[in-house]
Amino acid sequence: MSILVDQTTTFIVQGITGREAVNLTRECLDYGRGAKIVGGVTPGRLGREVHGVPVFDTVAQAVAHHGGPIDGSVVTVPPAFTRDAVFEAIENGIKLIVIVTERIPRRDVAEMVELAQLRGARIIGPNCLGVIVPDIVKMGGIGGPARNAAQAYTPGPIGVISRSGGMTTEMSSTLSAAGLGQSTAVSIGGDAIIGSSYAELMPLFQADEQTRGIVIYSEPGGRMEADLARWVTEHDASVADGERRSLPIVAFMAGRFMDEMPGMSFGHAGTIVEGKEDTTAEKIERLEAAGITVAERIEDIPQMIRQKIGAQEGAYA
Amino acid sequence: MRFFEFEAREIVKRAGIPVTDYGFATDAAQAREIAERIGGPVVIKSQVLSGGRMKAGGVKFADTPEEAEEHAREILQLEIGGHMPRGVLVDPKAEVEQEYYAGVVWDGTRKRPVMIFSPVGGIDIEQVAAEQPDKVGRRHLSTILPRSDYQAKEVIAATGVSGSDLTRLTPIVRRLADVFAEKDMTLAEINPLGRLADGSFVALDAHMEMENEARPRHKALLAELGVGEHETRLAREPTPFEIAGEEVDASDHRGVAGNVTEFDGNLGLVIGAGGGSLTLFDAVRAHGGKPANYCEIGGNPSVAKACGLAKLVLQKPGVERIAVMMSIVSNTRVDIVARGVIKACLELGYDPAEKIAFFRIPGAWEEEGFKILDKYGIEYADRSVSLNEAARRAVEKIQGGERTEARA
Repeated sequence: MSILVDQTTTFIVQGITGREAVNLTRECLDYGRGAKIVGGVTPGRLGREVHGVPVFDTVAQAVAHHGGPIDGSVVTVPPAFTRDAVFEAIENGIKLIVIVTERIPRRDVAEMVELAQLRGARIIGPNCLGVIVPDIVKMGGIGGPARNAAQAYTPGPIGVISRSGGMTTEMSSTLSAAGLGQSTAVSIGGDAIIGSSYAELMPLFQADEQTRGIVIYSEPGGRMEADLARWVTEHDASVADGERRSLPIVAFMAGRFMDEMPGMSFGHAGTIVEGKEDTTAEKIERLEAAGITVAERIEDIPQMIRQKIGAQEGAYA
Repeated sequence: MRFFEFEAREIVKRAGIPVTDYGFATDAAQAREIAERIGGPVVIKSQVLSGGRMKAGGVKFADTPEEAEEHAREILQLEIGGHMPRGVLVDPKAEVEQEYYAGVVWDGTRKRPVMIFSPVGGIDIEQVAAEQPDKVGRRHLSTILPRSDYQAKEVIAATGVSGSDLTRLTPIVRRLADVFAEKDMTLAEINPLGRLADGSFVALDAHMEMENEARPRHKALLAELGVGEHETRLAREPTPFEIAGEEVDASDHRGVAGNVTEFDGNLGLVIGAGGGSLTLFDAVRAHGGKPANYCEIGGNPSVAKACGLAKLVLQKPGVERIAVMMSIVSNTRVDIVARGVIKACLELGYDPAEKIAFFRIPGAWEEEGFKILDKYGIEYADRSVSLNEAARRAVEKIQGGERTEARA
């Protein structure tokens, strides 16, 4: 199995006629068993087609054309129009929204997330590459063209969650080369506020039978790593007999040099050291205190996660 | 983007929150005029973005306009935390009975703004929260439901404040929440918020930060405050090298080849993307390498842009070689970056095989890229060589170079 998406997931691409969106549509149609892209939306472009996908003026038209609820949307519209596009998707019953757009002000993101919470929808991103279930489906630019994505991602037991889109592929490729495939890899986005953090995705992976271990990519800035550490600690403290303890987690922490450079932002919008809690040193300490192993080199991750999975599953056997 | 105190106070004032009859001066004579207008004891405050103004001698009290002029002259010459002041704020010395705190910040975990109030002000709110937690009121705010006064009232009342103080504070805290939301602030803080002898409240200092991404929405306000479009207000001002990097990136709209930060090492880095650059920079340092710069390539930049960035790095004084490395690319094309960096070497009269210490960019169009690299004899690796190992090889090569020179 997988989390968030599978081969039955239907989705639309909002902003489908943009250059990057046209490529992304091609990539998703070509990858794995082929994404079910049931429409695209660009206001004023009703009646066009992008790689055979019909284009509509509104999400409502796309839903009407499909003849039933649509599961997801990939949003690739410019930052000034993203909030409106996401509101439109949510109010038309879409439950999974991948926001690719970068440089969206935090307030807009918070509004989208709050509306999603009210309507029972989930947002991945912004500033992310989306979700991939190896050999099955990808939703977003993750992994790039189908051929490139197939080279890096293979099916298997590891859930990957990453604040960097590119590093999602780098780490998955390293895992694949070591014979460890991925159940689902999620690029969650590099902004200060995002729709789904590590801790918010953990219950999904936890409930997924295929997933036996988690690998995450982390950076300075924000409380997301502290939230994950707290999730693990609280989950394990409250776990009932027969229920699964927290999956083993290995984290890679980039941007260690930034600890010495407070107030400077590198890499992603959310990556800045403003207070002690933003530093990699503090994050590593919190992660390790929760039993999460922090790797110094990406090439060490496969061995580490394999060992942790073995130890946990051995304890059950 | 952080505002100077004089700007933050102006924002507070425009929101209808009472402020003192302060003035902003960029020279000592102006400061004297303001002090004359105020007509009593004043405080002269350096307008710098770094903290610790008081300790550094950037805040002084004056009883007369002459004294104010004298202090202003000194403070205007005083560098604090590596920054020269933008000017001085001349503030009437208010007779304050009690200092309060009011602030609004983002809670990244809950993804909502949180309103914070304390009757213990004038000091760091985190210190108050640690020492007297019952004196700090907090409340999350919706971003889509309407704001209303009762929210502010609840936060204030939760700290034990009642009576006319509560009714007078409520609109102030509410307006601060409005400023935070309407002006896309990431921090809006009044500290201290002073209660005067007549029971009225006045903002005695304010700290505001606006989200960079939202600056285009507030052009009019920023122009009125005199904030330059290119002012970054970062911990340090951009260097000429970094500004040149921005120009390379702005040279055409396709992709990114910029986000340059200057360091003082000998190994030039042409690296990407966001996460890959952070990982590679760490790896170079872990192997004892001395990066000359940080930068980011991504989103499939043109050959010209990759070339421009490589040229900039190659021409930086002290740079002996460059390493061209990225995490696996799926959008950016390997061959385009390869052509860009080779072109940069050739145009500057260097042998690419000599100048490029190591090339590690696997992914889209790698076969084409590797062919070009072969042609010029550049050492490269595919994805089987980790980012860490690529960084190690690049560092080894440049350190090997140093040894050769030492022998010669």
